[in-house]
Amino acid sequence: MRALAAAAFGLALSAVPALAQETPPLPHVYWSFYGPFGTFNRTEAQHGYQVYKEICSACHSMTEFHFRDLAGIGYSKAEITAIAASVQVHGKPGKPADAFPSPFPNEAAAKAAFQGAVPPDMSLMASAFPGGPSYIYAILNGFRKAPPDVAVPPGRYYNLYFPGHFIAMPPPLHEGAVTFADGTPATVPEMAHDVATFLYFVANPHMEERKRVGAHVVLFLVFLTGLTYSLKRKIWSDVEH
Amino acid sequence: MAEIGLKENEFKNPVVHWIDARMPIFTMMQKEYRAFPTPKNFNYFWNFGALATINLVIMIATGVFLAMNYDPSTSGAFDSVHRIMRDVNWGWMIRYIHMNGASLFFVLVYVHIFRGLYYGSYKKPRELIWMIGVVLLLLLMATAFMGYVLPWGQMSFWGATVITNLFGAIPVVGHGIVTWLWGGFAVANPTLNRFFSLHYLLPFIIVGVLFLHIMALHTVGSNNPLGIDVKGPQDTVPFHPYYTVKDSVGTCVYLLVFAILVFFLPHLLADPNNDIQANPLQTPSDIVPEWYFLPFYAILRSVPNKLGGVTLLFGSILILFVLPWLDTSPVRSCRFRPIMRWLWVLFVVDVLVLGWVGSNKPIGMFILYGRLATTWYYLHFLVFLPVLGRLERPLPLPASISKPVLGRGGGPLPSGAPARPMEKA
Repeated sequence: MRALAAAAFGLALSAVPALAQETPPLPHVYWSFYGPFGTFNRTEAQHGYQVYKEICSACHSMTEFHFRDLAGIGYSKAEITAIAASVQVHGKPGKPADAFPSPFPNEAAAKAAFQGAVPPDMSLMASAFPGGPSYIYAILNGFRKAPPDVAVPPGRYYNLYFPGHFIAMPPPLHEGAVTFADGTPATVPEMAHDVATFLYFVANPHMEERKRVGAHVVLFLVFLTGLTYSLKRKIWSDVEH
Repeated sequence: MAEIGLKENEFKNPVVHWIDARMPIFTMMQKEYRAFPTPKNFNYFWNFGALATINLVIMIATGVFLAMNYDPSTSGAFDSVHRIMRDVNWGWMIRYIHMNGASLFFVLVYVHIFRGLYYGSYKKPRELIWMIGVVLLLLLMATAFMGYVLPWGQMSFWGATVITNLFGAIPVVGHGIVTWLWGGFAVANPTLNRFFSLHYLLPFIIVGVLFLHIMALHTVGSNNPLGIDVKGPQDTVPFHPYYTVKDSVGTCVYLLVFAILVFFLPHLLADPNNDIQANPLQTPSDIVPEWYFLPFYAILRSVPNKLGGVTLLFGSILILFVLPWLDTSPVRSCRFRPIMRWLWVLFVVDVLVLGWVGSNKPIGMFILYGRLATTWYYLHFLVFLPVLGRLERPLPLPASISKPVLGRGGGPLPSGAPARPMEKA
């Protein structure tokens, strides 16, 4: 343990060797939810949920997220009840109050399936990496053939944007992997964009409420600041200063 | 000698009169926060002490509610924090206020300190106010550090590991102290438990020490932008309503900044790594403290020797205790110190450079920058301040606070400046 502590301290103190291969800067992506008034595009977020359900959820848990939370991207009560009931939670059909079940019984089972790498939980994925949703988008679009001089270890895949480039996740998306009900073509960039939108919602389920409340608070405080400042001017008007 | 027995007072309200006769708390408030003679030439930098006090109250209030839903165990801490964010009514707002309030606390306190440095608020007769202030700074840092561990994210855990290990640099007893701090042989459940307990305790100690800070301040009175003593009632105004309203303006602006952070940019100052649960077996590629510790982190890393780095780190704050005696100039305000004024600016730049160096990996030029900036930090206190006081020729000081003011425009003196109720204003 002392060695571990010393190692941590050493890491903090001494030069950290630069990564062998730097990753390129993340692509600039437009997100409907950015900016002070940005909201979740319901179609994108619902498409994203479909991508999560049909593809990501095979390996990734999302334990902090409950079926009832889907109301935040426009699903009705009846739809949520139906969605929950279609998933087995602890061996019986789910209810809206249930959390999304994990695809693996425990971490060891996940490790065994992926050569020691555990697929990270998706509850906070959109805020747990620098770049957030743009990072998710970049990773999903970043699978490439490895350069000829790079030997990819077994069970790893070459990804342009992953630190160190060797990611344990096989390319999860391919053209037409899901069928969107509204006929939107399911290209890889489209699915990546939608699932990143959905995951940003999962990580920030109160974002729309937060911005709405914030707008009122800021307006009120601007008004109060003006009022207080004029009161201050009035009170100080008889003091030479 | 204070007399024992019922105290005379002039309060008309019978309940107030009755209470004040037995416990003159209303008389005290009247004396300290209404009639209290305050230099009339404060600028808005004199808001920051009051703002820090308000921030402390906000932190305690939000912290109490967070604690109601927090689980201080290594298996439950991370999930309980995110349950607060998702499922507790208004939990996201309370936690965003608490987490951004910690950052704002340092903004306010750092401005407050640099204001004191510029206007010489640490000099006689205010040395004790300043020294109690340094104690408050240390308490604030300890509280913030332990609070940052509680969400039990990756940076919480690894930050705690790095910082507690600093004490391991102490010769002979170092490792024993670290084990004692941890309550075991690594940062683990006992560490989290005690940090939670202390994080809840320390703010109340801060309240107590803050009371001493204000008591000392109200004994010798406030400094002012001219740095000269109050010569008489024409130099002062009663604290209320003049400074209650001026502090209110500052409070509104501060709340506005606070609201913009909380509601629109809540993650601006947060490290994404802390949204990943602590994992003792996986070190993040880069362990970075919160922005408010970065200058000190840079000082720590500028010395290629653990004990040396730790000594300079703690020394950089402890040196503030003797600042009143390091600065040999009798002139307080930098307005009248032509050279010190620029040294102050360079010192601010130096601390900003240290912060910038601290946020980068210590490779290449950053090692050199860090060492130069650390050297400058110590030169400022140990060489420039003592020497400059003897060499510098200060500008002529004004005769009194009202003098330069009246010289500018004229006009009548404030009429003895009586305390005046708000409603008449």
